[in-house]
Amino acid sequence: MDPLFQLLLRMGDNTLVLGHRVSEWCGHAPVLEEDIALANTALDLIGQTQMWLGLAGEMENKGRSADDIAFLRDIWDFRNLLLLELPNGDFGQTLMRQFLFDAWHSIQLGHLINSSDPRVAAIAEKAAKEVAYHVERSADTVVGLGDGTDESHARMQAALDYLWPYVGEMFQSDAADLALVKQGIAPNPASLRGDFDALTRRVLAQATLTIPQDNYAQKGGKTGARHTEHLGHILCQMQWLQRAYPGETW
Amino acid sequence: MYAQEVKTDGKGVKARDQMTKQELAFQDRIDAFEKIEPKDWMPDAYRQTLIRQIGQHGHSEIVGQLPEGNWITRAPTLERKAILLAKVQDEAGHGLYLYCAAETLGVSRDDLTRDLLSGKMKYSSIFNYPTLNWADMGAVGWLVDGAAIVNQVALQRTSYGPYSRAMVRICKEESFHARQGFDIMMKMCAGSADQKKMAQDALNRMWYPALMMFGPPDKDSVHSAQSMAWKIKVMTNDEGRQKFVNQTVPQIEYLGLELPDKTIKQDAKTTHYSYSQPDWAEFFAVISGNGPCNIDRMAARNKAWDDGAWVREGLMAHAQKSRIAAE
Repeated sequence: MDPLFQLLLRMGDNTLVLGHRVSEWCGHAPVLEEDIALANTALDLIGQTQMWLGLAGEMENKGRSADDIAFLRDIWDFRNLLLLELPNGDFGQTLMRQFLFDAWHSIQLGHLINSSDPRVAAIAEKAAKEVAYHVERSADTVVGLGDGTDESHARMQAALDYLWPYVGEMFQSDAADLALVKQGIAPNPASLRGDFDALTRRVLAQATLTIPQDNYAQKGGKTGARHTEHLGHILCQMQWLQRAYPGETW
Repeated sequence: MYAQEVKTDGKGVKARDQMTKQELAFQDRIDAFEKIEPKDWMPDAYRQTLIRQIGQHGHSEIVGQLPEGNWITRAPTLERKAILLAKVQDEAGHGLYLYCAAETLGVSRDDLTRDLLSGKMKYSSIFNYPTLNWADMGAVGWLVDGAAIVNQVALQRTSYGPYSRAMVRICKEESFHARQGFDIMMKMCAGSADQKKMAQDALNRMWYPALMMFGPPDKDSVHSAQSMAWKIKVMTNDEGRQKFVNQTVPQIEYLGLELPDKTIKQDAKTTHYSYSQPDWAEFFAVISGNGPCNIDRMAARNKAWDDGAWVREGLMAHAQKSRIAAE
């Protein structure tokens, strides 16, 4: 697979799958302001999906639209991080996942703004503005809940412990990544770890949470080699209409 | 309309010779189309009626997230998904403005929420109907938001200032909602036989519930007279319903769908369309808790509130700690 196409799928599938998960909260949040914030976040993510997958379709030049790519691929073609397909759990788990992703996403986009490919740089620039707000909000919420009551602290620690094994995948580099580094299109994923650790250490310390010692990383999402069982269920919902009534326009 | 059967206290509209001096002065301001503001004197029953109406209107926006939220994860295209997310987000925002407007009357958002969750306060009957196929997202925007707009445009002239101003803002967003709903219907009606079937099914199921949104016929609407006298309500139930039918029937014809009511006929002289009344027994069953989705809607809202308790408590505790640290 062309390395740039791979990157576009990775970026677009991340936002598509997380956008799906976040939108599952619609109408069920703990407080009205959170309903608004969650819908807003999901909306940004779906908007970014349109841009990344739209460019992927253009690049591929086989006549596939962003919708075709989003709704007509099976699990093995998805390139999102495993972290993002995990179930929402409670609100704390949802916001912890959001924070861990936002931290990486904001750093990644900060590099992609300087991509040698102007189309990638343009999308990154637009997305980075939205994601700067996402990370500010998710970090504040993680701090508020981590350093809140005993119960909220315990729930946030449990969320961090559960999600931590899925963090390492963000920083794994493969041949596609290295080819992109060579062309100046994207940073080496491994090189983002330092900034990520600095940001998450600061926020999680403020949240009075303990980062797990074990850095074992679950992987297989960004390569498509082995997704979790959860992704199939997401696709059952997300792609049902398009597959039950193929070829229609909506 | 998102507020139906709003109760007014007292025993009907007082004649001028029964009013106190203060009540007379208040009624004169209403009759002169002046806006009543939060710090102005107002009869207690006026205040209570408004709290019920604005609260019910706000609750409808909040519960109204659920039938549309039902389709976000199954939207057929990324664009439709984004539009639906934006719309549901708007609705939560409307809920927020309305609760803020109610708070100017001396009630808190927590009080209103508690009354919604206990079933003491109502929300619009329409949100107790299920959304079963994708065309329902079209029908909800076109018919439900369309019906709401008829009332909300009128409510921009309501006598209570904060409510009237909230309506101005809400109407702008609602007209976008109605247009996107009609756009979905146009796409479906120009599509395959299956899509047209979905559109017809959605129209058939939503038509009478949409007519019910305006509340019972004027002759049976026991609380309307006082609300009209206070200009809390500025259009009768039947007037609103007629307006809605008049604007919607040509749209049904334009879409090429079958009329959901075979008795609909245009009067050559008045140009109004006559129509069959909805089943009012069903309407009263729905508002008293026996609609197809009442139990699920209330269970979902109660679960959201109960499951979220630790989040609200956690954030409050943190805010408190930060305040102490800052002092």
